[in-house]
Amino acid sequence: MPGPAPWHVPAASQNSLCPPNGEAETTPMTTTERPERSVPKPVFTDAEAGAREFPDSSAGARRYNYFSPAKRKQTHYEDVTVEVQPDPRHYLSQGWIYGFANGETGYPLHWTKLKAWGVDEPEPRRGPGTGGLHVQNWPAHGWHEFRDPNEEWEQTLYRYNANVVRQLTQNVDNARNSKAFSLWASNWVHFVERHVGAWMHIEHILGLYVFAANERSGPTNMHNTAMAANSARKIRFAQDLALYNLTLTEEIDGFDGTAHLQAWNSDAEWQGARALTEALTAVEDDWGEAMFAANVVFEPLVGELFRSNLVMQSAAPNGDFVTPTVMGAGENDYSQRDLRWTVACFAPLTQDKEFADHNRQLMAGWLTKWVPQALESARTMQPLWSAADHKPPRFEDSLDRAKNRFAGICRDLGLDSPEELKQ
Amino acid sequence: MSRQSLAKAHQKIQELAWEPQYHEPYMKYKTDYTFRKAAKKDPLKQVLRSYFPMEEEKDNRVYGAQDGAIRGNMFRQVQERWLEWQKLFLSIIPLPEISAARSMPMLFHVVPNPELHNGQAIQMIDEVRHSTIQQNLKRLYMNNYIDPAGFNNSLRNFQSDYCGTIGRQFAEGFITGDAITAASIYLTIVAETAFTNTLFVAMPAEAAANGDYLLPTVFHSVQSDESRHISNGYATLLMALSDEDNRQLLERDLRYAWWNNHRVVDAAIGTFIEYGTKDRRKDRESYAEMWRRWIYDDYYRSYLVPLERYGLVIPHDLVEEAWTQIWEKGYVHEVAQFFATGWLANYWRIDAMTDEDFEWFEYKYPGWYDRYGKWWENYARLATPNGHHPIVAEDVDYVYPHRCWTCMVPCLVREDMVMQEVDGQWRTYCHEVCRWTDAEAFRPVYQGRETPNMGRLVGHREWETLYHGWNWADVVSDMGFVRDDGKTMTAQPHLDLDPKKMWTLDHMRRMGPLLSPNVILNEMTDAERDAFKADYNRQGPAGRSAPSDA
Repeated sequence: MPGPAPWHVPAASQNSLCPPNGEAETTPMTTTERPERSVPKPVFTDAEAGAREFPDSSAGARRYNYFSPAKRKQTHYEDVTVEVQPDPRHYLSQGWIYGFANGETGYPLHWTKLKAWGVDEPEPRRGPGTGGLHVQNWPAHGWHEFRDPNEEWEQTLYRYNANVVRQLTQNVDNARNSKAFSLWASNWVHFVERHVGAWMHIEHILGLYVFAANERSGPTNMHNTAMAANSARKIRFAQDLALYNLTLTEEIDGFDGTAHLQAWNSDAEWQGARALTEALTAVEDDWGEAMFAANVVFEPLVGELFRSNLVMQSAAPNGDFVTPTVMGAGENDYSQRDLRWTVACFAPLTQDKEFADHNRQLMAGWLTKWVPQALESARTMQPLWSAADHKPPRFEDSLDRAKNRFAGICRDLGLDSPEELKQ
Repeated sequence: MSRQSLAKAHQKIQELAWEPQYHEPYMKYKTDYTFRKAAKKDPLKQVLRSYFPMEEEKDNRVYGAQDGAIRGNMFRQVQERWLEWQKLFLSIIPLPEISAARSMPMLFHVVPNPELHNGQAIQMIDEVRHSTIQQNLKRLYMNNYIDPAGFNNSLRNFQSDYCGTIGRQFAEGFITGDAITAASIYLTIVAETAFTNTLFVAMPAEAAANGDYLLPTVFHSVQSDESRHISNGYATLLMALSDEDNRQLLERDLRYAWWNNHRVVDAAIGTFIEYGTKDRRKDRESYAEMWRRWIYDDYYRSYLVPLERYGLVIPHDLVEEAWTQIWEKGYVHEVAQFFATGWLANYWRIDAMTDEDFEWFEYKYPGWYDRYGKWWENYARLATPNGHHPIVAEDVDYVYPHRCWTCMVPCLVREDMVMQEVDGQWRTYCHEVCRWTDAEAFRPVYQGRETPNMGRLVGHREWETLYHGWNWADVVSDMGFVRDDGKTMTAQPHLDLDPKKMWTLDHMRRMGPLLSPNVILNEMTDAERDAFKADYNRQGPAGRSAPSDA
């Protein structure tokens, strides 16, 4: 299209307040002659709901109508989450348009060995003249039935985590202002700098390299968003611990802010937990196993064992009322949110109308694989129960509590507690 | 956050960096790029203790504005022409956003720099925010705008519709194939750094001019996160540039990503901004002017060109070619004309351009009326059913175009169309660069070099193929673009909601069958195909048939 470039504006018209040829000097403007500014004008369009009647104008048309809600009424969470990640078994008639080098496309259902009913049914085979072949009986497979009971989307995600960090900041500030750290027993100071500090690494690795690393792999947007939200909480908690460690370095004379690195890298008590944490990042091509091993096995048998049954039980007798609030935030993350979505995700699979046996056997195999490693890690940590002046409950009692908790989770999932738990 | 300074806090969280001691993490996603471990700094310097309250505050402002808009009866002043195009835009954009979230772990797997992983993880959370905040905006439009049809079934529509499939490149391209090609070059270096300016800055300004100040509220909030993502991409790019072996791949990927973004984003956003607005002030910027400012000056000259000194081969020729397409070859106008031609296969309403629009286009794009004016007058003439067919089946000197196999926008600049037999199938491409993308770049060997991790272009990329031989009424029903009376179409070529003036399936039933250009192309003999191409290249502008005297 010929013609001058559209961004070229003649100099004379660049500023209407300064006309050319000195005109402004001879005809000064008065305040009543202010030139009209070039701005869009409001226009009454009457384009609001209910202004006219026509097909699709009723109140019943004002809902997303392309999915079936899990309950009678669709939730806000469902509205902003369901179907955002398409599925060729539903409406994605042209199929995925980019593939990996090995031919895989989109979100393959075999990226876990778990199965939900319907997954073995073939995708519609579309071609010239077939039409869209949209699946009429939806959902086409059981994965689409999952809803995160935490109903995580941006508002819940930010409100929850912002509340946690605000509360933590206030707690730590209050402790600082009241000189509460000076009440700590000296051995407890070393325990916190070394061992509470070491725990930050576990949360960080799980957050980034287990939960975030798998949020590309789940079969639906609900799964992947739940994993992303779980990841965000883990990474936040790791940073909470790191910044708490920084505060203590500033507030307590002699507090070694780098001792956690030494503990993490070389203390014998931590190497079992470290090896297990790293093993969780190495689960091959199975997001289901990674989530299961982390949230069903590792967290109750190692995570809660350390956080609840050691740190939170030991702190008060050693003069520390602050650390339990920091640890408690992470504990609440797990017990109130991470575990909730995990049970909602995995429990239906053990009752699946097509693959219940397959899934139960698979999960039983995962328990056989991961529970011994978790118990070994837990036992490696046993000397920590003797590290502080004022001792927490006995290690064996703590471990029994963790085992009971774990057995309860297995029951919630419809699984038998593994024989290995007796170790 | 507490008294700890951000810099100190950020320094502290670097102690979390992990060097595996017992097990290496499973690397699911692969790349043909090579990276050496390098101490590249996290450019975001974001700590979650301040990040979460900051984002919560941003959210509160967005949701406060939404309450205010409803109480202030914003929808009494919203231009329907504008909101109708949002049915397309807001059905597409939540998927690219969530795909960007999904692409971040691909980078963890291939970029050996724990410090950068922090920034990538925060980007992941940001993108979940963007996807859901946009789904929520669409929900608000559905609840409060006069015509909810098209919003209420948007994700079904988007997944079935050819426009949605074009848009899906801006999502699947982030998450599939070579991890660096997808998640770094295509997503952060080109899509986010260059084209979010027109998406999230230029377009909201146009929304405000059309009485919609919620789109700017939401998308400026989104854009304030994008600047951090741009830093992520830059840091990864510098790491890639430090290895000479990567330069050939970087050159390939920049060419592909630049051209594909131009084809897809300029088609869609250009149409929204030029043809979705009622603001025809002569001094408001045209899309071409915006493009020149946001993409040519801000991105190309200020961001991309300086990277030459690090050894990056910049696709200067393609930047200039994109500009030529927009300015000289009328790319955006051709696309808008095509979208309107195919209104019946859409799920939003497109009204005709008026005299006031004509005057503005002629002022901004001299010669516009000679090219497109007559066709738009025909569009207005054929807008309400009156014994005639929709414009696509009427004689208005418009040749229905073939589709580009790569970018899936039709081959609208007719002179540029090329063909090749690839993977046993004759394919049309809108431009030589799109041919190169499919036939050469997305292959396991590139210029003699093994590229085993490069992705593939797959799927039923020509929408018409699926409905070859179908009656139009059945096509529209199958796609679900029908209102709740079971016969009135969701799409209309005008904005009048009087049911007597709306097209129904009965009108569609009278039309001839839909035929797939690609199926027909593959049924031709070689000689017929050559003649077809020669004729096609002489067609246009504005889809006109080839002159008979040449």
